[in-house]
Amino acid sequence: MTRKIRERAGRAPRVLRGRMLSAALGGALVLAAASACGNGGGGGGGSVSDGFTQAAQTGGTLTVWVDSDRLPAAQLYQKENPSVKMDIVTYDGDANGSNYLQTKVGLFNRTGKGWPDVVFSSQNNEASWAVPEGFAAPLNKGLIPSSTLSGWATNANEPCSVDGTVYCLRNDLSQTVLWYNAALMKQWGYSLPTTWAQYQQLGEQVAAQHPGYIVGSAGDNFTPEIFMWASKCGANQVTSPKAVTVDAKSANCTRMASVLDALLADGTMSKSSVFSSDFDKNEASKILMLPGPAWYGGALFQSTFKTPAGQISAAAMPQWPGESPTVGNVGGGTWLLSAHSKNLKAATAFLTWVTTSDDYQGKLAPGYPAYAPAAKTWLANQASSKYYAGDVSSVLQTAANEVWSGWGYPQFSQEAIWAAAVLPGMNAGKTIASLLPAWQSQVANYAQADGYQVTQK
Amino acid sequence: MWPGRAGHGFVAAYTLLLIAFGVVPTVYAVYFAFTNAGDTFAGLSNFTAAASDFRFVPAITHIGLYLVFWLVSLVVFVVGLSLVLHRLAARPLSKVLRFVYYIPGALAGAASVMVWLFMLDPAVSPAGFLLRGLGYDTFAQVIAPGHLPILLTIIAFWTGAGGWIVVMYGALNNIPHDMIEAARIDGANAWQIARRIQIPLLRKWIVYMAILAFAGGTQLFVEPELLSQASNGVAGRDYSLNQLSYDFAFQNNNVNTAAAISVELLVIGLVVASVFVTRSGFFDAD
Repeated sequence: MTRKIRERAGRAPRVLRGRMLSAALGGALVLAAASACGNGGGGGGGSVSDGFTQAAQTGGTLTVWVDSDRLPAAQLYQKENPSVKMDIVTYDGDANGSNYLQTKVGLFNRTGKGWPDVVFSSQNNEASWAVPEGFAAPLNKGLIPSSTLSGWATNANEPCSVDGTVYCLRNDLSQTVLWYNAALMKQWGYSLPTTWAQYQQLGEQVAAQHPGYIVGSAGDNFTPEIFMWASKCGANQVTSPKAVTVDAKSANCTRMASVLDALLADGTMSKSSVFSSDFDKNEASKILMLPGPAWYGGALFQSTFKTPAGQISAAAMPQWPGESPTVGNVGGGTWLLSAHSKNLKAATAFLTWVTTSDDYQGKLAPGYPAYAPAAKTWLANQASSKYYAGDVSSVLQTAANEVWSGWGYPQFSQEAIWAAAVLPGMNAGKTIASLLPAWQSQVANYAQADGYQVTQK
Repeated sequence: MWPGRAGHGFVAAYTLLLIAFGVVPTVYAVYFAFTNAGDTFAGLSNFTAAASDFRFVPAITHIGLYLVFWLVSLVVFVVGLSLVLHRLAARPLSKVLRFVYYIPGALAGAASVMVWLFMLDPAVSPAGFLLRGLGYDTFAQVIAPGHLPILLTIIAFWTGAGGWIVVMYGALNNIPHDMIEAARIDGANAWQIARRIQIPLLRKWIVYMAILAFAGGTQLFVEPELLSQASNGVAGRDYSLNQLSYDFAFQNNNVNTAAAISVELLVIGLVVASVFVTRSGFFDAD
């Protein structure tokens, strides 16, 4: 899903490739210097309304940027609203943490034109730069009524909120659940773990009784989002737009690290990425349980692993006894509306439709809709596919409202930091618990590099 | 009309492009390196900001290690293989080998890295048995950060060395046959001919190769960037100085510090090139 590798460089002799980069950078600098007429300008002296200074509303073509997965959404809207003049642009949607949107907006800010009216991004942390750059329009100050905004799942728009103002709308949720092979569980007489202690115990039982089978994977860069997030480990708690508290060594973090370490040691926790060829070859057919986001069902089990229908089901994530249930989250995109739009009426209408409509979100969208009423339709559609062993609707619906809100959405990539600070050590045989200090210091370093005021615990 | 106008006409387009896409961006980069976001003179603050960043010293270390592996292997193997090819000159095998060496260079830069991403994955690589024999069962184990200088050298050598072998082979062909023949009559063996005659006469070409390879090596970008994406970040997105510069510009929104790193790379390249040139007598007339 987010693992495609994109070529960025063209054909050039090796010795020249680096120079081309310098030239490209230089080119960007030329553009920047040539238009050094102020940052974030271009509003054109409009009036203050809906909580921001709006550009003069001239109407015209509605420019919408989407990734290839969201292209059907824009096309459907165009079909249903033929009177709206739309320019639909497909871009990479920022998958894999590329900064395409941020870079382009930086350049548009300098040239004072070019911003898309509405844009989809597969990254949840866009508000962290789009707000200070003046790109994202506030949505809960008049543009979108609160009755509509209240339809989103609990905390779903948390990544989009800065100081109580909502700057983007969540497209889909990626709440984590416990995916499992219902047929095998039944055959082996195991019952589903409801606590992490039971989960670890079951893993150890599997190691002894069915060696080779796995109960999870810790080899991805979103491992912290599945496990640490669910354990309320506060590795990057964004406390204000430019302040973050880093606490990656707390008891909430170490308790989950010790569960993972125990299962890594007995071989029931895979070290491979679920998207790697070695996982596909050696482990995909040996999954007893796999904690992961809502999209694992369709994207992994059904499409990638080709697990036959009627085997896979979902249960609630294991919990810590005595605590309110919490789950993690892996992805789920957002829609932003440009504060520079000269066509706010049309842009707002499209934004509202694309995030809430049953026609798209309920019936067509690939991911679990963040807008709760659409999610119901979506779940009904999933149930009618008869792929899962049993009904997964209630599990996904419950988990949608249990995502822990303490995990921050800072400008730096938490996934990239985990990948560089923890995964190599884990692959070399070190325990995750022993790597938590390295994780903490890297999070603090990257936060500082992005200008955050860092508090470490 | 001025004399030599045809020649000037030929170089005019190149010169214009060089000015537009080489000189002007460089001047702008220097301007940015010494100013801040508000376009006021910032002295060396961008350079100190870069040097004090936590990613800077690791990036320099990575590049330094990579350059050692890359330059040594390039010079030793390119010269060695060229000499062997030249010995086989009369045989059809030489033509076949030159072709084989050159093929990888025909692949686009990023595409050649893609080939290696495939080659280095034990689950799908045709050389998977070798990797497993060395104790590496997964892609993540193969591309562990400690292995990167060697892996990047192998990728760079495979992609770039073929072209240099062809260049060296051409240079060897330019050495008068009489000279080699005379040495042979005097009793010199193949090693002595290579050591006393061929390698000294190749010196300028070797220096030329070293200068370009050094400049290219310090600007390492595509290989670690793609490895980083393919490995879900295990290889690190700020492994090299150029990646760090890119991150400053497009991640940290700090083009001034990014420009400072670019200028440093330019200065290092120029200094090393001038040392090589003056020490080797590169521009001396024969």
